[in-house]
Amino acid sequence: MAGMVERNGAGTIISHVGLIFGIAIVCFPIYLAIVASTVEQKDIVSPPLPLLPGGHFIENYKKALLSGVNIPVWRMLVNSTIMAMGIAIGKIVISLLSAFAIVYFRFPLRTFFFWMIFLTLMLPVEVRIVPTFEVIANFGMLNSYTGLILPLIASATATFLFRQFFMTVPDEIAEAARVDGAKPMRFFFDILLPMSRTNIAALFVILFIYGWNQYLWPLLITTDPEMNTIVMGIKQMFPSGDDLADWPVIMATALLAMLPPVLVVVFMQNLFIKGLVDAEK
Amino acid sequence: MEKRVTFKGWLLPLLLITPQVVVTAVFFFWPAGQAIYQSAFIPDPFGLKSQFVGWGNFQFIFTDPYYLASFKTTAIFSLSVTIVSMGVALWLALMADRIIKGAATYRTLLIWPYAVAPAIAGVLWLFMFNPRIGVVSWYLDKIGYDWNHVLNSNEAMLLVVLASAWSRISYNFLFFLAGLQSIPKSLVEAAAMDGAGFWYRFRTIVFPLLSPTTFFLLVVNIVYAFFETFGVIHTITAGGPQQATNIMVYKVYSDGFVGQDLGSSAAQSVVLLFVVGLLTILQFRYIEKKVHY
Repeated sequence: MAGMVERNGAGTIISHVGLIFGIAIVCFPIYLAIVASTVEQKDIVSPPLPLLPGGHFIENYKKALLSGVNIPVWRMLVNSTIMAMGIAIGKIVISLLSAFAIVYFRFPLRTFFFWMIFLTLMLPVEVRIVPTFEVIANFGMLNSYTGLILPLIASATATFLFRQFFMTVPDEIAEAARVDGAKPMRFFFDILLPMSRTNIAALFVILFIYGWNQYLWPLLITTDPEMNTIVMGIKQMFPSGDDLADWPVIMATALLAMLPPVLVVVFMQNLFIKGLVDAEK
Repeated sequence: MEKRVTFKGWLLPLLLITPQVVVTAVFFFWPAGQAIYQSAFIPDPFGLKSQFVGWGNFQFIFTDPYYLASFKTTAIFSLSVTIVSMGVALWLALMADRIIKGAATYRTLLIWPYAVAPAIAGVLWLFMFNPRIGVVSWYLDKIGYDWNHVLNSNEAMLLVVLASAWSRISYNFLFFLAGLQSIPKSLVEAAAMDGAGFWYRFRTIVFPLLSPTTFFLLVVNIVYAFFETFGVIHTITAGGPQQATNIMVYKVYSDGFVGQDLGSSAAQSVVLLFVVGLLTILQFRYIEKKVHY
C-alpha cells in the first residue's frame, strides 16, 4: 500500500471507485423517490418497485401541485417560501442592527444585552415547546405568517458573525466617516453594509435552508392545512389509519420540498460553504 | 476586543438593538421561564388552576421507567447517529482528498443532501423500508429476512439512525475534507517515502492532526442528534414501537403537546435545558481552544 500518497494509478482508481460507490449509496434514496414519483400507485403496491422511472411524471406532479392530499402542494410551497425568506431576511436585518449597535456604540446595558443574545443559543424551540406555543396562542398568532416567522428570527449566530466581521473593519474607515461628519446610520448604510455583502449573501444561503427545513415549529402552530409548510405538510399526507398512502403523489411532494434548498446549495456552492464554515466559528 | 472608534449617543444603539432583544425576551426567555415555573405545578385537566408540587414533577419523571428509558434511547440513538455519519463521511473525505481530477464534481454530488430536511429524509427512508411496499424490505424478504420496523424495536431504532445519519453525511464530509486538506502534504509524503503504509500514516499522522475537526464534529453531531432529528422520528416511528425510539426531545412533545401532561413535560424541558447548557459549554470550550491554537 505504500506510495499511494504519490497518487499513482492504482490508489487513484480505488479512490474513484470508492467515491462512486459512496455517492451511489448516498443518492439511492433520492433516486428511488424520483422513480416512485413517475410511476402509478399500482406499480408501487405490487413490489418490487421498477428500477427505472415510469411515464407518469406530469400526471403525478400535476396532481400533487394542484390538488395534493389535504391541500394543494403549490399552497404549501408558497407558505414555505414566505417562511424561509421571512426568517432569513428577518434574522439578517435584526442581527446586522444589533451587531452594529454592540460594536460601534457604548450604551447602558450593552454587556447585558450581549449575553442575553448569547444565551439564546442554549434555548432551542425543542426545550420550550409548550410555553412558546402558549405565547403565540396568546398573541393570536396561530396559523399566521407572523407566528411562523417572528419567534425564529432572533439569532445569536448571525449577530456574532456580523460582530466579528465589523471588528475586522479598520478603525480608520469609521474615523474618516466621523471626521467627514457622517451620521452613524449614514456610515452603516453607505460603508458598512456594502462591505458586508459577501457575508450577508453567505449567511442568507444557510438561513434560507434553515428556514425552509423547519419542522417542529410549523407543526405546532399551523393547525389549518392552508398554512402548512411543505416540509411539515408531507407527514399530514399519510392516511392515519391502515389505508395505503398515495405514494406517487407523496414522493413527488418530497422532491418538490427538497428542490429549492438543493438548487440553492448546488448553484451557490461557494457561498454555501462559506456560510456553513462562518456559522460554526 | 473592543473598537477604539465609536459613535456618540445611547438612544440610537438602544433602538437598534431593541428588535433582537424584544424577540429574544418574548419568545425565548419568557417561555423558558414559564417552563421552569410550570415544572413546579400540576395543572388540573381543565387548565383552570394548578397545584404547586415543588420538586414533585421531577421526582415523578426520575422514577418513571419510560423517562429513564428515554435517556438510554437518546444516548444510544445520538451515539449511533454520530458514529455512523462521521464514519461514512470520513471514509468519503479520505478518498476525495486523494483525488485531483474531478474533485469538484464529487464534492457537488456529495454536499447537496445537506439541503434535504430531516423530515423529508425520514419520508425517503420510510419508503425504502416500508414493510408492505418498500424496495429494501422486499429484497430483505427475498433473502429470508422479515423486516418490520413497525413492530420490531431494534429495526425501528436502526431505521431512524440510518435516516438521521444519512442526512448529516454531507455536513461531516465537508468539514472532514477541509480538515484533511489543511494537513501539510509534506508530512504525509515524508512518511510515505519512509515506507509507511496508508493505514499506518492514517493512524499516526492524519488522524491525530484531524482531531480538532473530529472533536468539533462530535459535539455538533450530538447536538444535531438530540435536537434536529425530531422530523425523522416524527415521520418514521412517532416514538414507537413501545417507545423504542422515543428520544428526550420527542418525549417533551408527545407528553406535553399530544398527551397534555404539562407538568411532566415542563420538568422534562428543564432537564433538556441543562443538557443544552452542557453541550453549549462543551462547544465553546472547543472554540476557545481553536482561537488560542
